[in-house]
Amino acid sequence: MNDSSVEKTTQPIIEIKQVWKEYGDHIVLEKLNLNVQAGEFVSIVGASGCGKTTLLNMLLGTESQSRGEILLDGEPMPTEPNATRGIVFQKYSAFPHLNALENVMLGAEFADAPLLGKVFGTPRKKIKEQALEMLTAVGLADAAMRYPNELSGGMQQRLAIAQALIKEPRILLLDEPFGALDPGIRKDMHKLVSELWQKRGLTIFMITHDLSEGFSLGSRVWVLDKPRIDPQQPERYGAQIVYDIALNATQAMPSSIQTLIEKQATAKSAVQENTHE
Amino acid sequence: MRLMNSKPSRSMRLALNLLPFVLLLIIYTLASDARLLENPSDKLLPSWSSFADAIQRMAFEPSKRTGEYLLWVDTISSLQRLLLGVGISALIGLVIGVANGMLPLFRATLSPLVTAVSLIPPMAILPILFIVFGLGELSKVMLIIIGICPILIRDLQLRTQSLPVEQLLKAQTLGANTWQIMVRVVLPQVLPPLLNAVRLTLGSAWLFLIAGEAIAATEGLGYRIFLIRRYLAMDVILPYVLWIAVLAFLMDTILRLISKRAFPWYHGKRGEE
Repeated sequence: MNDSSVEKTTQPIIEIKQVWKEYGDHIVLEKLNLNVQAGEFVSIVGASGCGKTTLLNMLLGTESQSRGEILLDGEPMPTEPNATRGIVFQKYSAFPHLNALENVMLGAEFADAPLLGKVFGTPRKKIKEQALEMLTAVGLADAAMRYPNELSGGMQQRLAIAQALIKEPRILLLDEPFGALDPGIRKDMHKLVSELWQKRGLTIFMITHDLSEGFSLGSRVWVLDKPRIDPQQPERYGAQIVYDIALNATQAMPSSIQTLIEKQATAKSAVQENTHE
Repeated sequence: MRLMNSKPSRSMRLALNLLPFVLLLIIYTLASDARLLENPSDKLLPSWSSFADAIQRMAFEPSKRTGEYLLWVDTISSLQRLLLGVGISALIGLVIGVANGMLPLFRATLSPLVTAVSLIPPMAILPILFIVFGLGELSKVMLIIIGICPILIRDLQLRTQSLPVEQLLKAQTLGANTWQIMVRVVLPQVLPPLLNAVRLTLGSAWLFLIAGEAIAATEGLGYRIFLIRRYLAMDVILPYVLWIAVLAFLMDTILRLISKRAFPWYHGKRGEE
């Protein structure tokens, strides 16, 4: 195992201690021991079906671990989703019946109006300003009055990010956020997310099946894979974090990962060529 | 050119739309003339002039017996029953449908009951309604409610359950509680489907209304048709039937326009992925 975890100087924002996840006899994840400091950007990569989404769901609170514990700021992770953890899904993150501005305002309105979920008058003006600022930050100021179905895929994801950020969550979870976007737009989104991460000091967990995306974004990469496989009983062993790589400018990628990325890139361009024919 | 590939032009389409109606009118006129020629007191296919007389008598002259304008009295009392029945059904459908769709505990309790009730033919329990609620307005409104409510509840439940789970999770990460998600996320999104479901069940609502009125009422469109059947008064029955069709069409159109006006996001084009 690659030992490159960050020195523990302060309280980690997320502590994952001896976590296992199993469904009956089927072991999905095993022996996860990880600490994440505030301000880290963790990309989680791995083959499909290896438990990336299960791990994210445990961070989100929709699934709970079978063994071990996950701590958020030293406290056990709440067992249902709440405002401490924001999320952006691949799609369906925005509410289709609200325009972009109302979509962003919603989070603030929930906090201020427990009964109606809607704020009126002067407080509404304040929330509106705040939401407009957020929309400007993600480059959607011109589209504030448009409904999600009038926005392109990239704009919808910008909206979803703005929506999550207005709650100032402790951690932001991104579940293959750019999987459905065109390559050009994806590049713009990478820029936006890196900027927001650095400017706002966010703590981000991002799932991606695109290895190069995982390495180009973020400060740390977790590679999920099954180190042991029993051919007779594939569900006997779960996936672990086989590489935990802190990225910085001088860090060289392990050669095995490098070849993986190259393999994926050639496979992808082959697919693209095929579709162009 | 193949038949499947030839499309009518705009004016051609309008002409084709009208064609069956014109044909029906011509056939009716010819048949009516032929029968009246043979027997001037024939009642089965009245002439256009006797329709005009009947409409004049029912709609614009006070009735000799009661002094009321019968068509309008019938229309008002029928519409009152229908709107009351459909309105209450829509409200119940919305509340129970959304609760069933959103809350597993609620669904486990109520869903089998709703399914069981929806399997009972409403007309079969009409006698029970008359016994329990008497012959007044309540039993007729209840018949409409029992007839269409289960359909509305089940439709709304399905609509609620088919909202993407991502949306509900997202709302939770925005700090919303169950009630807030219900009012701000789910409710507004199932209102357009509710209007659609009401449009589709209007036909059944009319059916139950007329059936109820036919059996026990003192005024109403269905009551009048069944009353006047005894005298073979086709000159009144046919205009009444057409009037009911016009009313049904108007209600459908109004609901469609409301939906378009109030929920532009629902009718807008889906953006490309």
